[in-house]
Amino acid sequence: MTPELHRIGRVSDVPLFEGRSVTLAGRRVAVLRTPDGFHAIDAACPHAGGPLADGIVADACVTCPLHGRRFDLRTGAELGGHPGVTVHEVVVRDGELWLRLAPDTLPLAA
Amino acid sequence: MRGRFGAPLSTLGARGLGTPLVASEAMNRVLVIGGGIAGQAVCERLRERDPDVPIALLCKETVPPYDRVALSHLLAGETSRDELQLRPLEWYADHDVDLRLGAAVERLDPDAGLCALADGSALAFERAVLCTGSDPLLPPLPGIDLPGVFAFRDPADCDAIAARARSARHAIVIGGGLLGLEAARGIAGLGCPATVVHLVDRLMERQLDEGAAALLLEAMRELDVAVRLDTQTAALVGEGAVSGLLLADGSVLAANLVVISIGIRPQVALARAAGLAVERAIVVDDRMVTSHPRILAVGECAQHRGVVYGLVAPIHEQAAVAAATLTSGTGAYAGSVQAAKLKVMGVDLVAVGDATGAREVLAADAAARTYRKLVLDADGRAAGAVLLGDTRGHELLLDHVRRGESVADPLDLLRRASEAGAADLPDGAQVCNCNGVCKGAIVEAIRARGLGSTQEVVAVTRAGAGCGSCKPLVRELLAIERGGAGEEPAYLCPCRKRTREDLGALVRERGLESVSELMETCGAGRDCGACKPGLAYLVSQVRENRHREERHARFINDRVHANIQNDGTFSVIPRIRGGVTTPAELRRIADVAERHAVRMVKITGGQRIDLLGLRKEQLPAVWEELGMPSGHAYAKAVRTVKTCVGTDFCRFGLGDAIGVGIELERRMEGLYTPHKVKSAVTGCPHNCAEAYVKDIGLVAVEGGWEIYVGGAAGATVRRGDLLDTVADGEAAIRLALAFLQHYREQGEYLERTYAWVERVGIAAVREVVLDPAGQAELLERYAIAKAAADPDPWLERHDPVHPKQFAELDSEPEPLTPIDIVLAGAGGGR
Ligand code: SRM
Ligand SMILES: Cc1cc2nc3c(=O)[nH]c(=O)nc-3n(C[C@H](O)[C@H](O)[C@H](O)COP(=O)(O)OP(=O)(O)OC[C@H]3O[C@@H](n4cnc5c(N)ncnc54)[C@H](O)[C@@H]3O)c2cc1C
Ligand code: SF4
Ligand code: FES
Repeated sequence: MTPELHRIGRVSDVPLFEGRSVTLAGRRVAVLRTPDGFHAIDAACPHAGGPLADGIVADACVTCPLHGRRFDLRTGAELGGHPGVTVHEVVVRDGELWLRLAPDTLPLAA
Repeated sequence: MRGRFGAPLSTLGARGLGTPLVASEAMNRVLVIGGGIAGQAVCERLRERDPDVPIALLCKETVPPYDRVALSHLLAGETSRDELQLRPLEWYADHDVDLRLGAAVERLDPDAGLCALADGSALAFERAVLCTGSDPLLPPLPGIDLPGVFAFRDPADCDAIAARARSARHAIVIGGGLLGLEAARGIAGLGCPATVVHLVDRLMERQLDEGAAALLLEAMRELDVAVRLDTQTAALVGEGAVSGLLLADGSVLAANLVVISIGIRPQVALARAAGLAVERAIVVDDRMVTSHPRILAVGECAQHRGVVYGLVAPIHEQAAVAAATLTSGTGAYAGSVQAAKLKVMGVDLVAVGDATGAREVLAADAAARTYRKLVLDADGRAAGAVLLGDTRGHELLLDHVRRGESVADPLDLLRRASEAGAADLPDGAQVCNCNGVCKGAIVEAIRARGLGSTQEVVAVTRAGAGCGSCKPLVRELLAIERGGAGEEPAYLCPCRKRTREDLGALVRERGLESVSELMETCGAGRDCGACKPGLAYLVSQVRENRHREERHARFINDRVHANIQNDGTFSVIPRIRGGVTTPAELRRIADVAERHAVRMVKITGGQRIDLLGLRKEQLPAVWEELGMPSGHAYAKAVRTVKTCVGTDFCRFGLGDAIGVGIELERRMEGLYTPHKVKSAVTGCPHNCAEAYVKDIGLVAVEGGWEIYVGGAAGATVRRGDLLDTVADGEAAIRLALAFLQHYREQGEYLERTYAWVERVGIAAVREVVLDPAGQAELLERYAIAKAAADPDPWLERHDPVHPKQFAELDSEPEPLTPIDIVLAGAGGGR
């Protein structure tokens, strides 16, 4: 069953090349903005829980602020071969941000 | 049917398997058993020689191969656990190596070409390479199993030792070899006094002669490592956990942490059960083949011509030979010259080959604690060298020993070695002993791949990726290759190969005002984004702070003006100039800390106060209530000016350290710099404010002030260079500001003054900063930049750059309430 879309905020809440996080169904998700649009991935870095929404964002990746692991925003893969993160879906409608958790993700504790 | 390895296989006779296994399995597969440095090296060399042969790497451990050598650095806290991994997981996929973790081989049937794994499965192979390494040797002493007694072999040992060192009152390391000393120093560095207990009468007796061992002993003692020689342990004692060592002479040494480091025990059980010839280790011939033609052995589990090596350089040589044997049958190994380097910061020691011999020449200076000895054999050929305190040219000496070169004038060779630079080394000279990389390979990689920074060279060649001690030489080779007299700095944007100079010129020439414009113009910062903070500094510096500030280019610390911590919370350090505060200010800090239930209030090493563990949403309210400006403790910016009490109070005071310090801090604060800048002003050469080891340090002397620059006492310790001596405090401040501006304009991003001054030389700095005209221009540019700098970014609490600057999508910043209202509202009777 595909999870539903939830409204999580406005487009203007996330500046270009930055990220902000939100909890949905018990799961903390980082929403990041690039020139291509919005991306959503798990908020916690698999390494030591670093807040990925606070990372430095480039055209298609984000770097964890704690120890510099880097994740591809389209696939969630860690670019150095370490474990990656789950990618979720963001939809923009009338200036508002909507989030759908990836279908295979069970809610995790925040 | 012909094996893919041609000739050698024919000696196997009939394959004699006939089992159904082979039909579906890759029967020409090479199994590498054991994922240590040896197993990894065999896979790499084999894959280089044959792109197709199926390779499976079976690892008993559940983590991918890691760098055991670096465990000493891990214990010393100089690296982290995940930096140890030799190759990222991608590497195995890219190189088609079937990496199996947690796959312990239980039985091996060489004739059948089969092995059984612990999980009950079986694997067929054509050839297998045993790389099972060794276990630590543990003496059968009573009490050896007590809690608190550890070996020093894997990351779990490191964690356990480090954890215990934090609470133990005293630690003992049994064994005064290379590893034991490194363990002891690591433990002492964690704040736990350590004693090395050694059986024989000198340290590292296998690598050192008496003279060097005696000097090493002194050096270790200075690093707070005590040493007891000629001491035999009879038992480990303790109730429930180890509490000490019972010595053979009946006395007891107290210790609640004991590390055993007396040697290794090659892992031969699997080989022995398979019927292979085993002596001290698995016996191999010059092709690295064991007594069974199908099985090879490499690394610490192998014994070649009677020698078992316990170092990585021989492992790399053996792995290359094994790969040659497997692919062409032509491998030939003649043994390795052993070269050991001690990885203890502050003690430079290299021992190559024999420490004593028929003829020895020595250049030693007891006062400077240097010892340089060259050993020749009876035929006058180089056979060994011991270098302590001054290890210059060890690569050249190692090369002579390796090639067994005749040395007509050994003293002259020693002298030449101490002058030998990278250029004088032959191509075959091994630069990186850990990963077995010679000069020729490094130079070729630099040329062929156009490498531009030391970082890149290390990543590509792996020279310098082990213990790291050869990195300076790698850097030197790079500088020579790039034809620059000086060191070629790393790219500010490595993805687009853009240097600071290139990018600065673009900003100037095109009149760019922001990082985005720079990104659009040349692509810097778009790929990985790591250089964006560097670009942000560059743009602000070139445009003298009249740039367009963009927060996406800043690290999170500079978006919220606080330092991010391990759990994603932040710390707040207000400016307390010169470390001088007032009772009222302290009371206010205390109130804020209580009101916000701050997790910890801490006096910092920078003479100020830290409120730790605040959420992003709390920051504006905390700042408002504090009513103090930002201390910039989170930024690459001017940080602290530490002071001592000086002439205000001290009976030795020669200058007004507090007054000058506070004034210096006011004049510098708010400015961003290539890396952080910490200063101190101290009232006399007793140096209570530690001015000799600061980026900028002012020391009051009889009749004036000395200005020191480029000092450090962090990860690097360096005494600052004396820039000049001037008559009064104002002149000292002006000189400090001119120096600061020069550094702001010339330093590479993330290059501290200690590295910058070291790189360009104090003479070059003096030339610019002490020249009256040059100084005046620097001060003018400084004044312009300072006037446009934001003195207190914490004021953004009133005027955030973005509504969500201090909040997430589902949170809001806490409302601001000035502290007096807070206190009045609380009804506190103050
Ligand atoms: C708070 C403080 C420790 C303390 O409790 O005393 C501290 C805390 C941190 N230091 Fe420090 N340093 C603190 C004084 C020092 C000092 C002593 C001093 O300033 O006199 C040094 C040695 C002097 C020096 O800077 O060289 C020092 C040398 C370092 C270094 C090594 C720099 C080097 O190149 O040698 C780092 C790592 C770095 O900069 O890359 C570092 C990095 C850090 C960071 C910022 C690590 C980080 O990036 O998160 C720490 C923040 C912890 C946190 O959770 O907030 N800290 N650090 C001190 C704050 C001083 C202040 O009031 O601003
Ligand atoms: C703290 C420390 C510091 C050191 N410093 C230096 C230094 O500065 N310079 C230097 O040259 N050397 C140094 N050494 C020595 C160097 O690390 C070793 O010589 C080298 O790592 C040995 O590599 P290896 O692959 O032969 O063995 P190992 O690293 O022991 O690897 C063998 C692997 O095989 C696995 N294995 C064993 N049996 C099986 C089986 N049946 N099935 C599957 N897998 C199996 C083991 O689990 C292990 O992972 C240091 C060693 C230590 C511990
Ligand atoms: S505060 Fe400084 S010394 Fe302490 S852990 Fe952090 S960086 Fe290391
Ligand atoms: S927590 Fe993300 S890199 Fe360490």
